[in-house]
Amino acid sequence: MHLMHAILSPKGFNRFVSRWIGPLWAVTLLMLAIGLPWALVIAPTDYQQGESYRIIFLHVPSAWLSLMGYTMLASLGFVVLVWRVKLAEVMAEAIAPVGAAFTLLALITGSLWGRPMWGTYWVWDARLTSELVLLFLYLGWMALSQAIEDRRAAAKACGVLALIGVVDIPIVHFSVEWWNTLHQGPTVTRLDRPAMHLSMLAPLLWMYFALFAYAATVSLMRARDIWLEREANHPWVAELMRGGGTTPRGPDSPARPGPPIAPRDLTAGA
Amino acid sequence: MTPRQRRFLGAFAVLAGVATAAAVLLSAVSENLLFFYTPSQVAAGEVPADRTVRVGGLVVSGSIERNPDSLAVRFQVTDMARVVPVSYEGILPDLFREGQGIIAQGRIDANGVFQATEVLAKHDENYMPPEVAATLAMKGEGPLAPVHPDARPADARPTGAQP
Repeated sequence: MHLMHAILSPKGFNRFVSRWIGPLWAVTLLMLAIGLPWALVIAPTDYQQGESYRIIFLHVPSAWLSLMGYTMLASLGFVVLVWRVKLAEVMAEAIAPVGAAFTLLALITGSLWGRPMWGTYWVWDARLTSELVLLFLYLGWMALSQAIEDRRAAAKACGVLALIGVVDIPIVHFSVEWWNTLHQGPTVTRLDRPAMHLSMLAPLLWMYFALFAYAATVSLMRARDIWLEREANHPWVAELMRGGGTTPRGPDSPARPGPPIAPRDLTAGA
Repeated sequence: MTPRQRRFLGAFAVLAGVATAAAVLLSAVSENLLFFYTPSQVAAGEVPADRTVRVGGLVVSGSIERNPDSLAVRFQVTDMARVVPVSYEGILPDLFREGQGIIAQGRIDANGVFQATEVLAKHDENYMPPEVAATLAMKGEGPLAPVHPDARPADARPTGAQP
């Protein structure tokens, strides 16, 4: 209960994120430093697609993160609509552009992969089209959020939009099973066994966790900054800012002294 | 009912309503979401003759006839049940070969030959090193697709993570 309170309040969230952002970046960069050479050099050549298949190590994690990001957006939207939790509002706002970026990345890498393998950059098959719809859903969410000035009203409207849009998620996932598509069927989530050799599957999952760590780190930093901006009129934020300007370590708050916050933590995400 | 429960039901109703609408819509337009027809569907006459359609299947081994003087090529595609003859003139994708899954766009002429204007390669969802593919092929349970040129010298490449 104490921990929940510490994270659910803006001040506690700021302190929590500021404390963990360094270790999170370290983990992210370490995982990428191992994952990229593993995927792009060490993993064996594919019997059918040669070296070109290596784009899978970026394409598939991006596509998974694009689906996961929107699923989270919808879950947070549900929490916002029912429980009015501010942390959920802030997290949704933080996640949306990150998910949109991974959707765009999945579309671009898929297009670059399609040209040599399929013979075309783009076809209007069910998988590609539903993933493009997902990108528009993200962009629509962000546009709606920006169009409403009152942040709490914006969060509510966006929550409804996210719940409506979430029907696209199973469509993207199952499109290759429900319809004949140019895009091949699922490789990793097949029930019998993954249709990928372990020497390729291991770096693929590793890259997924690495990019997940990146997405989580960036989202948390965004959430912290968004919340600080929302609370900009509160004295504790002003105090934090002042502390950052003059002394290397400002007091948490004059009324209730807590652990000091390093000022560089505040500006790190800007 | 507390306001929170009402909001919960409201949010849930939005979700349920949209899911129902999507399910109805998808089942209604399901046919149009098919990217291609199978040779069996062609044989069963399910494919409209006067419209541009796509037909997908595996290239039948030994069926490829190339014209030495042009880019014209004739081959057959199959879904292991029925066969459709295809005629095409143009550049084929790198993955095009016997046993490969392909999707051809075009229309069926009066002789029942599919006149393709575009041929795309459809690869399967299997990924493995060439050595593994060779082993599986020897046991007779491997994929049919031939090995990519990149992967042919199957010894020089380091395979660090291979068990």
